[in-house]
Amino acid sequence: MIDLLYVVLIAPFADFAFMQRALFGSLLLSLGACPVGVFLMLRRMSLSGDAMAHGILPGAAAGFLFFGLEILPMTIGGLIAGAIVALGAGAVSRFTVQREDASMAAFYLISLALGVLLVSMRGSSVDLMHVLFGTVLALDNEALALIGGIVAVTLVVLFVFWRALVAECLDPLFLRSVSRLGTPAHFIFLGLVVLNLVGGFQALGTLLSVGLMMLPAASARFWTSRVEPMCVLAVLIGFASCLSGLLLSYHAALPSGPAIILSAGVVYFVSIMFGTRGALRARAIRHRHRIA
Amino acid sequence: MTDPCLTFRDLTLGYDSHPAVHHLDGRVAKGSLTAVVGANGSGKSTLMKGIAGLLTPMEGGVVKAPGIRIAYLPQRSEIDRTFPARVVDLVSLGLWPRRGLLGRHTAQDRADVGKALQAVGLAGFEKRSIDTLSGGQFQRALFARVLLQDADLILLDEPFNAIDARTVDELIALIRHWNGEGRTVMVVVHDLELVRRNFPETLLLARREVAWGKTGEALTPEHMLRARRFHEAWEDDAPWCETSDHDHDHSHEAHGGARAA
Repeated sequence: MIDLLYVVLIAPFADFAFMQRALFGSLLLSLGACPVGVFLMLRRMSLSGDAMAHGILPGAAAGFLFFGLEILPMTIGGLIAGAIVALGAGAVSRFTVQREDASMAAFYLISLALGVLLVSMRGSSVDLMHVLFGTVLALDNEALALIGGIVAVTLVVLFVFWRALVAECLDPLFLRSVSRLGTPAHFIFLGLVVLNLVGGFQALGTLLSVGLMMLPAASARFWTSRVEPMCVLAVLIGFASCLSGLLLSYHAALPSGPAIILSAGVVYFVSIMFGTRGALRARAIRHRHRIA
Repeated sequence: MTDPCLTFRDLTLGYDSHPAVHHLDGRVAKGSLTAVVGANGSGKSTLMKGIAGLLTPMEGGVVKAPGIRIAYLPQRSEIDRTFPARVVDLVSLGLWPRRGLLGRHTAQDRADVGKALQAVGLAGFEKRSIDTLSGGQFQRALFARVLLQDADLILLDEPFNAIDARTVDELIALIRHWNGEGRTVMVVVHDLELVRRNFPETLLLARREVAWGKTGEALTPEHMLRARRFHEAWEDDAPWCETSDHDHDHSHEAHGGARAA
């Protein structure tokens, strides 16, 4: 029995360095991306995260166009493109009548088309798949260092701006009336989103990196009604999804990125049904109530 | 007259080049308690936002007494009530002027939060999630937050909407208590009876000032009629308002008179 557990759970990581790096990289990613995802969800910007992830594509593609499949140029390109989309869409919604969802959709559709076009100009459809869906099993030390740096920055910024981020979600007008931090906090937060999406892009691709951000956050929402535990829970769900996704991909020879995101998807559906704030519980407790 | 807390100088506030508050002049005395009255769209909320500094004037400006702290309570609809927060989290936001972004909330601060909740009759509600509060309880929590802000000027935008009579009475008592402490309070109110009973000063708005002064003198039937007659809708082809020309108001009145409902 112990042997079986070892073979199923430990051996893949003990025997293969690429599995270790994949696990380490994806766990790091969860540590930064999941709390960011919680705030993204609480600000009702879940779809904006998706949009920004697409926004990264043309930048990464431009890096690919000039330098090939090299991590640094593609990352820098992605960062620039993501920042442009986030700032552009954010500015459109702040300073014009158009809501963020519409401006995001506009920016991301343009970005996606441009990105696919750029990759296709030089690469094959395999390269396109790499850019869109990532290669978590091919994380090298350079990529791990990059992810580590991004996570460190994310955690520090979250810690420093925590109060402003909560206030900006809960009652933005109040924050604006007592402080000038409202608008900066908004853009700093968008910066964090882009940073974490770019961090996830090498491992999970531009289309799936947002999955590790949103699915654990959306699942955690069903279990708690406070922000701090929600962030911790989201990170734990992220960890579990990465572990199970990698094991699944190893044993069943499945593509690893989708396996991780699908694992998170399973947690999501379980949470919908069985969460303390989920569907079944809401039905079950309807029949019992206190007298006051 | 005592020192002004606020001085409006030819203040024009609005959206998209259409004024919602038009060439307002006047002063709000320190320690005064003023009701801001007017029809929907008459610029009450806009004026509040302008004073709170959330809206940049199109013309003129608001001069605030140096160093005053402002607490602004917007209309209830602007807060995300589904946000996962407890009552104590919401009320603790009021510590922001004291502690800012990074200052630790001390034991004293937490005690003050408790006292504020007690003052609004929400003792024991600390751990309740905000989406479980009734409308009245939620409004009390927001009043507790205002209390915690310890502001010199308090701006309340329609704080009594959809609030039952008993709660209104209690909130009014709080407002009068704040005023008794020497704070300046401006409240947007719809209920004229409430204004007559509780507010010494009234500013009657219909985009521009209709009347401003002692409540009894401001809320005369003649003034009320004039306030009711103003034309709420923007007109895309409304003539441009020339700053130096102080006859501009008459054109608006003419519109209003012609289309009075």
